Amino acid sequence: MPVVRVKKVPCCGPESSCCPPPKAPHKLTRVSHEWTLSDSLGEIRCRLGSFRLGYRVSPGLYAIGEPGADSDLLVSANYKLSFDKLRKELKGLSAWILVLDTKGINVWCAAGKGTFGTEELIKRIREEDLSGLVSHRRVIVPQLGAPGIKAHEVRKETGFRVSYGPVEAKDIPAYIRAGYKATPEMRTVAFGAFDRVVLTPMELIPAAKWYLVFAILMLAFFGVSTKGITFAGAGEAYPLLVLGIVSVLSGGLATPVLLPYIPGSAFAIKGWIAGLATTVAFLLIGGTGLSVPLAIASLIFFPLASSYIALQFTGSTTFTSISGVKKELKYALPVYIIGALSSVALLVVHKAAEAV
Amino acid sequence: MRYLKDVATLELNDALCTGCGRCAEVCPHAVFEIENRKAVITDRDACMECGACASNCEFGALKVGSGVGCASALIGGMIKGGEPVCGCSDGKDSACC
Ligand code: SF4
Ligand code: SF4
Repeated sequence: MPVVRVKKVPCCGPESSCCPPPKAPHKLTRVSHEWTLSDSLGEIRCRLGSFRLGYRVSPGLYAIGEPGADSDLLVSANYKLSFDKLRKELKGLSAWILVLDTKGINVWCAAGKGTFGTEELIKRIREEDLSGLVSHRRVIVPQLGAPGIKAHEVRKETGFRVSYGPVEAKDIPAYIRAGYKATPEMRTVAFGAFDRVVLTPMELIPAAKWYLVFAILMLAFFGVSTKGITFAGAGEAYPLLVLGIVSVLSGGLATPVLLPYIPGSAFAIKGWIAGLATTVAFLLIGGTGLSVPLAIASLIFFPLASSYIALQFTGSTTFTSISGVKKELKYALPVYIIGALSSVALLVVHKAAEAV
Repeated sequence: MRYLKDVATLELNDALCTGCGRCAEVCPHAVFEIENRKAVITDRDACMECGACASNCEFGALKVGSGVGCASALIGGMIKGGEPVCGCSDGKDSACC
């Protein structure tokens, strides 16, 4: 099937808000099931995170196949990856897709923020005049969008009944065939190794920023000596700089990827274990000749840094609860603060011993 | 994979529940079962506090404390003593999560 891309709002720009949406009934975009090479490349860039902003589909109504008045009506986010996935999985079916404006964010995150929400859904159903378009009164909303939706309000306001579709787009054809019924497996989220790997850039990028601050502080600290600012002492900072990278990777990459295999259920503890293992390994193998205070400071600081970074990963999982993260922080935060302070104290001890 | 035990804030008010089954439909962790026309919490520790069940229960039978989940927001909230504010949810169209 040819890819027909007709811009729905041929206005001043794709995201333009300067002109009202056209009132012409159902001037819509027809999309293909096929993925082009640029779609696949786009997926890779999306995953890398840097292109997540602006990787959007225009909100509105889309037709897939040759839908009619009795065709199914599915709701999606305007995150291109969610939308592309949906149209790929609907291969061979004819359906309507209503794309909500979620600011280019996927269904799950947008539902948490409320942009994939009751009001937006009601507004789009009205704007696209869906009650005139289809004869039935069922909208299929992805189950992961449910936190943002009050199904009963949608029904009250528009007459449309929300049926929650399966978690994964690939189960949609089976779900429809079964008479809009999902099996328990289709209703639960898995959190596999692949999901964990694709999410790690989200943790590593902010951690990299912190690392930069850490590196500058270290270079400055070791650069200052009784002889003024020299870079002679900066050499001492190198093992610590490498340890910094090691702790970022152990908390931000190794912990998420090896999650089920690291003991403990608290993320702070898992991250600490991973960080301790890598720090000890580095100190033993590296034989870096760190002074005693610096070695002790390393053993305190870097596992805690790894623990902190691992704790951030709770924001990306699909099974951690906020109350759980709060509980972790209640215990972990004081430890982080004490650990950081004592590491600084040990640095000063090292410096003082050197000056003598 | 399981997270911490006994932390979920999920509450079910039996008297209000009509057994409509919505909660079981939306829950991504199979926390509910419908038995004798009432919802039953069968696996509370699996709850991730996404809020889907509470927002879709037409009869107001469910309550769960959901909100900003990122740890750095919670830390900010704990230190400043206020509600957690997520740096990303300031309405600037950010796609951080
Ligand atoms: S959605 Fe509410 S009323 Fe319906 S079964 Fe669940 S708790 Fe009961
Ligand atoms: S808050 Fe989410 S995970 Fe917890 S019971 Fe409700 S729907 Fe299930």
